[in-house]
Amino acid sequence: MKIIKVKDLGFKYAGTDFYAIRGVNLEIDEGEFVVLAGKSGCGKTTLLRCLNGLIPHFYEGEFEGRVLIDGVDTRECPPHILSQKAGMVFQNPDNQLFALSVEADIAFPLENLGLPREEIRDRVEWALKLLGIEELRKRSPFELSAGQKQKVAIASVLAMKPKILLLDEPTSSLDPVSAKNLIDAIIDLNRRHGLTILISEHRLTHLIPHADKLAIMDGGRIIYFDDPRRILKEDVLMYGISIPRVVEVAREMRRIGGCIPFRDIPLSVEEFISGLKGALR
Amino acid sequence: MIRFESVEYVYPNGVKALDGIDLEIRDGEIVAIMGENGAGKTTLIKHLNGLLKPVKGRVLIDGVDTRNVTVASLSKKVGIVFQNPDDMFFSESVWEEVAFALRNFGYDEEVVRRRVENAINFMDLAGYADKSPFTLSGGEKKRLALAIVLAWSPDIIALDEPTIGQDMLQKEKLLQVIKLLNSQGKTVIISSHDVEFIADLKPRIVLMKRGRVVADGDAEEIFLNEELLRSCNLLPPQLITLSKRLDFIGIKPRLYPPRELAAEIMTRFRR
Repeated sequence: MKIIKVKDLGFKYAGTDFYAIRGVNLEIDEGEFVVLAGKSGCGKTTLLRCLNGLIPHFYEGEFEGRVLIDGVDTRECPPHILSQKAGMVFQNPDNQLFALSVEADIAFPLENLGLPREEIRDRVEWALKLLGIEELRKRSPFELSAGQKQKVAIASVLAMKPKILLLDEPTSSLDPVSAKNLIDAIIDLNRRHGLTILISEHRLTHLIPHADKLAIMDGGRIIYFDDPRRILKEDVLMYGISIPRVVEVAREMRRIGGCIPFRDIPLSVEEFISGLKGALR
Repeated sequence: MIRFESVEYVYPNGVKALDGIDLEIRDGEIVAIMGENGAGKTTLIKHLNGLLKPVKGRVLIDGVDTRNVTVASLSKKVGIVFQNPDDMFFSESVWEEVAFALRNFGYDEEVVRRRVENAINFMDLAGYADKSPFTLSGGEKKRLALAIVLAWSPDIIALDEPTIGQDMLQKEKLLQVIKLLNSQGKTVIISSHDVEFIADLKPRIVLMKRGRVVADGDAEEIFLNEELLRSCNLLPPQLITLSKRLDFIGIKPRLYPPRELAAEIMTRFRR
């Protein structure tokens, strides 16, 4: 089932004279893991804002086309209802956290929904466990590391029980180990809990081997939307994407050798080594 | 020449951010300060132009103790590009923003005009000269912050986490800028945890953890030591990890550029 349907979508922010995105068509299946890439200013953030209803409900401008999230037209559905279908995590977790404890932060939107106390407690518990941050529950969000803060931000979004998780460059300010931990947690949400994931990132190394689809945007449009193995066979560097280094090496091997000992472009060190060993056999 | 001598720094809230830093950076070096979030990288950079002064020990810039001079006088020698450029903008246009420091240094209008033009052309900002800095995108703001420092051409340029939020094209541009500045004899200091970017640059690496220098060496030496990197919340560049697993075709672990590694592998296949 297509949980996200975008038809001829365009948006021009009020006060600007160009469309940030235009002619965007996109269909995503429930449970898919989609990575959104492209250079700065290509429209990634605007597209994500359209998917959780921040556009057109919060940002003013000219909206065209249609976005259906789990069958609901975003123009006809208020953001607080949409956030129970598609939750969004931003680049800077500080903008999303404000309460005195991690628990209170996660509970806050649930209290706003007017849920019964037990339900809130259960959901907070569930979200803490999902991200493996039970031990942080009593801590103040502001004394946590950047990576821990981002996990709390995700937990507070997940407590709304959305089917879709949208993430806008969530690891960009994290050091490599924290970034990888966060990505592992996001992959786990997809694999074990069936969440549909749409994540925009510049650093693709740890993400791309797990992606079902890669979407590349340029100039407000989606240029590619396919299995990353198929896309990365082509030269997509001009779209400002930092492809994994193993892909660069494999492509270069093919260039100088005419052919490569791989059937598929390897997306990780593991795949590269097993491809090479297979060819030597 | 930059010298840190047993430098300690404690923030007013009691957090000890630098805990005995001894470090010497010679003229014309490129040095990457690496380490996890909170290791003390930014605090160290803020000591270069006297924005922060040591609580203990001292920092010498070309022999001058930073405690004895003003930030303004050090700024002529040391330019810092901060992680969040919004904090430094206040002019009405990109052009004015770049010109501001130059006028403060007392250059005459003709020199100011020439330098501003060079800097904004070089950073691909010519089309934005009349726009307000606050209307720029994140990546453009970062380029503006760098243009401002390039315009007054200090001997020492420090970049605080310059690759955060930058796409590949911007990173390549940044790499070129750093190499160009270095070829002009400038000292470039970069704080970063972007291992792939630093792997392309191959500078000297100073590794920090909890306010201390835990390692200091060339990029290859540091990146080959996975245990050390992980203790600082860093991971090796992907091609180090790959080269370590290619011993079965006789390839030694090294910090290869992608093309070189591809060529190495292919020669073994042709045999």
